[in-house]
Order: sequence, then structure tokens, then C-alpha cells
Amino acid sequence: MNAVRSVAGAVFRETVRDRVFYNLVLFAVLLVAASILIGQLTAGQDVKIIKDLGLAATSLFGLFISIFVGIHLVSKEVDRRSVYPLLAKPVRRSELIVGKYAGLLLTLLANITVMTVAIYAVLFFLARGIPANVQGAWDAPAMDPALLEAIALIYLNLAVVTALAVFFSTYSSPMLSAAFTIGVYVAGQFSADLKRLDVIVDSAAAAALAKACYYVLPDFAKFDIKLAVVHGLPVSGAYMLSTAAYAAMYIAALLFGAVLIFSRRDFK
Amino acid sequence: MNAAIRTRDLSKDYHVGFWRPRPYRALDRLSIEVAPGEVFGFLGPNGAGKTTTLKLLMQLVFPTSGEAEILGRPAGDVAIRRRIGYLPENPYFYDHLTAEELLEYYGRLFGMPAAERRQRIPATLDRLGIGAERRLALRKFSKGMLQRVGLAQAVLNDPEVLFLDEPMSGLDPLGRRDVRALMLELRDQGRTIFFSSHILSDAEALCSNVAIVAKGRLAAAGRLTDLQEFAIQGWEVVVAAVPAEALERVRARARRVLTVAADHYVIDLPPDGRPEDVVRELTAAGARLISVNPLRETLEDVFLRRVAAMGDGARGTP
Repeated sequence: MNAVRSVAGAVFRETVRDRVFYNLVLFAVLLVAASILIGQLTAGQDVKIIKDLGLAATSLFGLFISIFVGIHLVSKEVDRRSVYPLLAKPVRRSELIVGKYAGLLLTLLANITVMTVAIYAVLFFLARGIPANVQGAWDAPAMDPALLEAIALIYLNLAVVTALAVFFSTYSSPMLSAAFTIGVYVAGQFSADLKRLDVIVDSAAAAALAKACYYVLPDFAKFDIKLAVVHGLPVSGAYMLSTAAYAAMYIAALLFGAVLIFSRRDFK
Repeated sequence: MNAAIRTRDLSKDYHVGFWRPRPYRALDRLSIEVAPGEVFGFLGPNGAGKTTTLKLLMQLVFPTSGEAEILGRPAGDVAIRRRIGYLPENPYFYDHLTAEELLEYYGRLFGMPAAERRQRIPATLDRLGIGAERRLALRKFSKGMLQRVGLAQAVLNDPEVLFLDEPMSGLDPLGRRDVRALMLELRDQGRTIFFSSHILSDAEALCSNVAIVAKGRLAAAGRLTDLQEFAIQGWEVVVAAVPAEALERVRARARRVLTVAADHYVIDLPPDGRPEDVVRELTAAGARLISVNPLRETLEDVFLRRVAAMGDGARGTP
């Protein structure tokens, strides 16, 4: 556990010091600020637009960090040979993988926290001075705590994507790992459609294959409750819990696979 | 007494080729033993299998067959790594960390308490001659300084057994002297040192025992002085301002005498040529002694001869 904590701390420090990380945060904050301008062009819709844009930016920039930092977590250590002195320390290869993963989750948490504060700050300044009767007509209040539910699921979504990036990077190059991760992410957005492919496809084999893909691919659509939250629709606690359990199961399986591959790897 | 390091028939095959991978034997049935407290030189030319052996001992690669033990435990035992240090060849660390932070990170991995880290990290950096640079990012370090950082991380945990892959690589003469001094200091403290090198003089200055590998196979092992290849094959005496009659007297006992500068001569004596007598005679006649060196076959010569003797079958498909 000590090794996992130490490795995670090192990853957090490295990513926080990385200028790319600051650029992403800055860019996201600028995007949230830009949403104010857009909001002013669409009378009465500004709160919704800011929530929409803010959540989309949080998800998008988190995704960039998950994929492009995630694919380098392990491969950079191997390519630059810093893994040699590291694995000569009392660190199991499994601890290295889990520690790297936990470190990036910590970075994502810091990133998402900054973005959440930025979104709420923008919403706070926007709602200030608007009469209560006008606010009452909105689908959801400006400072809606339900936004946190959407952000929590965005975080879980990013945790699964990071696990995918780490898994692929244990055996393929960063370029291929990025391609695989993005490919699975995009396919995972439509995995629910795969389950119902038999409705539009005659071939039983194709339908069976699509169904098999549905069970293997992560269903990323599950994590997207932005629309519901922005329109003030309730999201049940049971849904949040089942989605969290789904993410945990998927992450565990991916990390198990990553450890299995990494533990057998020769560092020539 | 148990060996500090032991390998038994340790072999490693890599697979080369993309479409039709075929095995390539990087190390072939290596069996060596290193006693505790010994400085052991693992010698061989580039590509002989030295780094592969060290990687096998560190479990960075896994053996195709055979066994490796460190301090009586299998090399893969994670617990044993608290008691060893390892310097890889041309070490590379993290660009964004400083030397202090790197050792802090590794200290945590060793499970050192904070108080111990606070005491040990500056002491280790001082010992390796890393001064104010310790607070600079490692990306700004020269190759020689990175080598020093590599050595610092290898000795941070006060290891019982130290594995050094080409420790003199990239160091200037001052750095080489410091590393030699460090290794001798560690030897005097009873530590076992296993180091690889392709430079014979490093081994001569430090080792009690050596193993020579060539083409993945053990070519010779034992005390350096006992290895026939490294027995003295003659003496080279360099003198200046030698009176002509003294030079003529010595010429009769020399294999040859060469003039290298206006009044500088190289006198090549046979192994039983008693250089001390020659030096005494020449200096008594007014000559100035520049140097006396034993002539030995170089490691490179030995490698080439051993490799030729092994023939082409020594390396390749297992």
C-alpha cells in the first residue's frame, strides 16, 4: 500500500507540473467564461447553456487528460527506462500499475474540482440580481446541487477511460493506445445500439456479434446525465449507485488485465 | 557461507523478427557465484550478455531457463529488494523531479520513515558530490551528473548487495576516481558489489574476482591475477635523458628500444626482465624515469580470442 501511495503521489506531482495540464485547465476555464457571452446572445436560456457548456467542457478536457496522460503513464516509464531503477525497489509490478492509475485519478479529481468551482462561480454571478420570480420559472435553480451528480458520473466516466488507456498502454505504443482508447470510447457511446441491432439487421450472426460487443464494450452512455440535470429532471440514487458499481467492475477488470500483461513483460 | 549472488544455468532467449520471430540466445547457461563482501567484476565486450544478466537478476526480464538467487532468495522476491541497490546502464530518471525529490520518492518506496529520509538523503547526495545541483530539475543534468544521481539512488538504502551496470560510463576522470573510492569504501564496509564493465583497468583497480562473458557465454572466471590471459607479458619502461652507454647496456636485455621523442625512450622488457634493476641502473647513470607499466593482454584481445575460439555456434538459435 505504501508503494501504491508513493507511486500515485509521484504521478500527481508530475502531471500537475506538466504545462499541458495547466493549458487544459486554463482552456476549460476560458470556455466556461466564453459561455457567458454565448448566454447573452440567447435571452432566457443562459443558465442552461452555461450548465451545458460547463459540463461538456469538464467532460471533454477531462477526457483529453485521461487519454493523453493515461497512455503515457506506463509507456513513458518503459521507453525512457526509468522503470529499471523503479522496479529494482520493493515495488510489485501490480502496485506500479495501480499506483499510476490512482495518481492520474487524483489529477483528474483536482482538474474536475477546479472546473466545478469555475462552473458554480459563473452560475453564481449570472444568477445574482435576477429576480426570484424569474429564477422560479427556470427548470432548475442556477446553483443546482444536482450538477454535482452529473459531475460525479463524468468523473466515473473518466476513471473508466483512464483504465482503458492504462490497459492498452501496457502492451502497445502510445499512438496505438490512443487509437484503441478513443475507438473503444466512441464505440462505447453507441453500445446500447449494438444490443438492439437485431431489429434492423437480418443476419443472426451479425446481431449475435453486436450483442457480444455490447457486453464487452463499456456503455459510456450510462454516465451521461447532463441533459437530465440541466433540465431539472431527477436522477435516482439507485441509478447513481448502479452506475458506480458498473464503473468499478469495469475498472477492476481492466486493471486486472493490465497487471496480468505488465507482470509478464520483459523490459529489453 | 551462502553466496550473496548465485546463478545456475541461467539462460535468456529473445525473439527477433516481426513476421517469423525466431529465438536469439542472449545468455547461455550462465553459472556464477559471488561471495559476500566481494567486489565482483562482470566483464565482456558490448553485446556479451552483461546487461541481460543484470536485468535477469533484477527481474526486469524473466529467464527462459535456469535460476538466479540474491542473498539466498529467488531474484524475483520483492522483499529482497530492500537489501539491494541497482544502477542501470546510462540511467534515466524523471525530468521534472530534482535529485532530492527523486531520492525522496525512492526513499518512500523503500518504506523509510520521514526522519530517516531527512537524514539519509542529504548525506547520500553529499557522498556522491552532488552539491547545490540537488535542487535543479534532472533534465538539466549532464550525463556524468545523472550517473552520480544513479549511484546515489543505488546506495540510498545502504544495500547489502550492489549491482552496478557500467558504473564508470559517462564519467570524467575525477568522477571515475570518486566512484572507485565509493566502491572501495562500500567493500570495506562488507558490502557485496557486482559490477559490469568492458574496461579492464576498472576491474584491476577494484575486483577480487571476475567473470568474463562473450557471446552470451561464460568465457572465464576466477581471480584476475590467476587468469592466464592477464599474466604480465612484459614491461614498458619510459625514460628520458639517458646517457648513450647506459642505453646500450640495457638494450642487450630489452626486446626492443624505441625513440619516442627527442630524448625519450621506451624500453620493452620481457616478463623476467627485472624492471627495477633496469630503472636503478639507468637513473644511477643520470636518466630521468617517466613511467613503468606492466604489459598485459587487453580485455579486448582476450574477448576476441575467446570469441574466435567459441566459433560461430556460441550465439544464435538456442
